[in-house]
Amino acid sequence: MAKPTTSLRTYALTRLALVLPMLWILLTLVFFMMRVAPGDPVTAALGGRLPEKELQERRHAAGYDKPLIVQYVDYLGDVARLNFGTTITDDRPVTDVIIENGSATLELTFWAMVVALSVGIGLGLVAGRLRDSGADVSIRMFGIVVYAMPAFFLGFLAQLLFGERLGWLPTSGRASPEVQFLLPTHTHLYLIDAIIYGDWATFKDVVLHLILPAATLGLIIAGVLIRLVRVNVLQTMKGDYIEAARARGIDEKSVVYRHAFKNALVPVVTVLGLQVALLMSGAVLTETTFNWPGIGFELVRYLNNRDYIAVQGIITFFALIVIFVSVLIDFVNAWIDPRVRY
Amino acid sequence: MSANGPVLDVRDLRVWYGSTRGAVRAVDGVSIQIRAGEVLGLVGESGCGKSTLGRGVMGLLPDGSAVDGQVLFQDTDLLKVSDRQLRRMRGPDIALIFQEPMTRLNPLMRIEDHFSETITAHEPKLSKAEVRRRSLEALGGMGIPPTRFRNYPHEFSGGMRQRIMIALALVLRPKLVIADEPTTALDVLVEAQILSILADLKRNFDTALLLITHNLGIVAEACDRVAVMYAGRIAEEGDARTVFSQPAHPYTRELLRSVISLNTTGLHYIPGAPPSLIDPPAACKFHPRCPDAMRVCAQLAPVEQRLSAGQRVECWLHGPGDRIPEGGREPLEQERIAVAEEA
Repeated sequence: MAKPTTSLRTYALTRLALVLPMLWILLTLVFFMMRVAPGDPVTAALGGRLPEKELQERRHAAGYDKPLIVQYVDYLGDVARLNFGTTITDDRPVTDVIIENGSATLELTFWAMVVALSVGIGLGLVAGRLRDSGADVSIRMFGIVVYAMPAFFLGFLAQLLFGERLGWLPTSGRASPEVQFLLPTHTHLYLIDAIIYGDWATFKDVVLHLILPAATLGLIIAGVLIRLVRVNVLQTMKGDYIEAARARGIDEKSVVYRHAFKNALVPVVTVLGLQVALLMSGAVLTETTFNWPGIGFELVRYLNNRDYIAVQGIITFFALIVIFVSVLIDFVNAWIDPRVRY
Repeated sequence: MSANGPVLDVRDLRVWYGSTRGAVRAVDGVSIQIRAGEVLGLVGESGCGKSTLGRGVMGLLPDGSAVDGQVLFQDTDLLKVSDRQLRRMRGPDIALIFQEPMTRLNPLMRIEDHFSETITAHEPKLSKAEVRRRSLEALGGMGIPPTRFRNYPHEFSGGMRQRIMIALALVLRPKLVIADEPTTALDVLVEAQILSILADLKRNFDTALLLITHNLGIVAEACDRVAVMYAGRIAEEGDARTVFSQPAHPYTRELLRSVISLNTTGLHYIPGAPPSLIDPPAACKFHPRCPDAMRVCAQLAPVEQRLSAGQRVECWLHGPGDRIPEGGREPLEQERIAVAEEA
């Protein structure tokens, strides 16, 4: 019983070692799911548009005439070198797609997460604290409504209200065409690029373009968080150590903030990790709605063009993100909750 | 407050809980007194209102409960003071030790933080070094070494956690400690250890102790006086030795007969279960289970009597005779409690 607390470092190393099998399983799944579709990627994307001889050459160049197991090993090797292949339809390295469009998605999802966390946790804590009050009831309603609404519908409503009716905010793209043309890209994150560029008007333009998509995507995730945080606060407030703290004469403010809220947020971190999947699919819809040139937007386009290589590359990238986030979430959990490290 | 006056003087305390089926009278007119350096044992079956009484004194009742009566702590009525003042009294004046130590410490906080939070909540001007010194002193008194000060609660066993909880309660030197079944969740060796700690407390600091338990052995060992509670009322109260050697209330007697010892050959129990506190039996609440029940017991509530041996008791067997109506002493014809119902 009297063991010292296991260090965070030991925990981190163990956790990182577990990434490899997880990675292997995910990559294998992606590879074989893409191969279940009939025909080969080249025929699917270009069949009928090029003479058979040229198709044959392309198949050979891409290695689709090799045995499946060899292709599989090649694929794993490529991923290890962060080479996700070249798209068939427009001959772009998938890595470029990930960097250029992925950064747009990163910018969108990051700010969506900021919205989700501040709105979701903030309102959830208020609702849990003021149980059954008017505020609680309205917050709960709000949570259900935004969660139940599909991203594109909420997006359309926002576009109609703030774009068409009020004319306050732009409804499409990452920036106005002239800004997009002039802005030098260093990081592909427009907000940071605009700051580096140092022009106030550019920065403002980028921020205005970001507001509606980020709020739309963020609110959908906030809906889940509100309910989760609220329930956890209620549960924690009933806890034995809360009563014990009150019995020691700790003032109510400390009881709520130090004992109830922090403990209530532990399970939220875990769920947040799972929400990344929702964030990804939400990003696809949000990006399409707002014409946001992100990776989800590109994924839809490549899917329509039956470009398997592009799809496989992007899905592989998504899988890597999910692994990365799950490790990150475990670290955050271990940092907050000493019992996890044990 | 006079020098010999009680530290705690509870007068006619009543506590109701709201429930969907009606009000639950968990505590129904209880009066008890505890003096400095005295240990009062509060015993009774589960669900008779013992814990509610303890919580009611602390003002820690759940939402939706109502309280009436007086809880005088050194002449201050705890039911009348502001929430803020009551909060200030919890800890330095009255401390509560809980039944289940496993869940009473915040799992995300180090033991050190529990102590510093508790101490600074009441003495904000204390220096860090002084806070630390006092915490380690209290922990040391409970046999927890200073090396464990920065550990988290999950790194301790149940017995150790209970000792930490006690240290946490005692670090502010309270004048009254309410211990709500402090050893029920622990094994016998730890139990003995905890009881000796509580006995030291009384000896060294003249602390008053309200020991809530259903273990009569603990009462016999540790308590000066004992109050037997049944269905929200005190059935009998007096010097622990007197009550145990000459129980005046049939309930006390039956309770004592149910204690298991090495000489026990067959288990004794009281038929039936404690009554519902929403709709308790009329008159004496024990009469449906009482082997000595008389007609009067089902008609009139018993009156508190002081006996020559010193205890006070609420039972018609001890009078007053002039209040018992004609024929009231005839044995009560009771429907025997069906065996199926007992099971």
